[in-house]
Amino acid sequence: MTKPGSRFCSRTLKPRRRWLQSGAALALLPWIPGHAAADELPQIPAMTAFLAGRKPVSERVRLTLPQLADNGQTVPMKVSVDGPFTPATRVTAINLFSEANPVPEMAQFDFPVYVERIEVESRVRLAASQKIVAVATLADGALLASAAEVIVTIAGCMDGT
Amino acid sequence: MPDARITVPASVPRGKPFEVRVIVRHPMETGYRTDESGKSIPRNVIRSLTCRYNGEVVFSARLSSGIAANPYLRFFVTAKESGQLAFEWVDDAGARGTDGATLTVA
Repeated sequence: MTKPGSRFCSRTLKPRRRWLQSGAALALLPWIPGHAAADELPQIPAMTAFLAGRKPVSERVRLTLPQLADNGQTVPMKVSVDGPFTPATRVTAINLFSEANPVPEMAQFDFPVYVERIEVESRVRLAASQKIVAVATLADGALLASAAEVIVTIAGCMDGT
Repeated sequence: MPDARITVPASVPRGKPFEVRVIVRHPMETGYRTDESGKSIPRNVIRSLTCRYNGEVVFSARLSSGIAANPYLRFFVTAKESGQLAFEWVDDAGARGTDGATLTVA
């Protein structure tokens, strides 16, 4: 990674350019699938290390992010895993990986005890347009994954000016 | 020390999952910003946040600079007994914060 987000921080651009840039992003929107299937997970070295050769399946877990984020500083994120679960197949953890953030391991949520509803909502920072991957780990070792693609018009890596 | 706002339902049925929402006031400094004089502002994010329900850890999160300022989390916990939900978090500067909410199980 070079200087974080330098490519997408439009701070230095003239306001008109910035308008054009966001307009172009909007125009492209219908052509870009919002939610990629997990079998086409992006290559994220941190995620590859986490998976350590294991293959996650693309079912039951759903990562929801807006297709277009005006401001990368705070982007609503929701990840849920469909049950039913048993104590032996419950969700123990969910990891979030970022394709383009300077820190690829965004978050890990741990569920040390059984709960029948697995749903976590938060707000994330995104340094650039990218794919985000959620990997859920079950108690029996199974892995479920879901990816979502977000277009970011103002990067979240710089100050708010 | 930053403080938090915790929201739980007024009353929850036993054995059912209930929604917990928490917002912690914290800048989640990424370490990539600079101040007016051009000096870089050191990274300071909440690294971990733990939720205990009557003493037992029921949810925890490891966070990074990829989580927005004033981190917000919403998750579910299974209702067992009336009691306390206690949150504890720690940031890069080593500052610890705690807050809690009282829960009534019907």
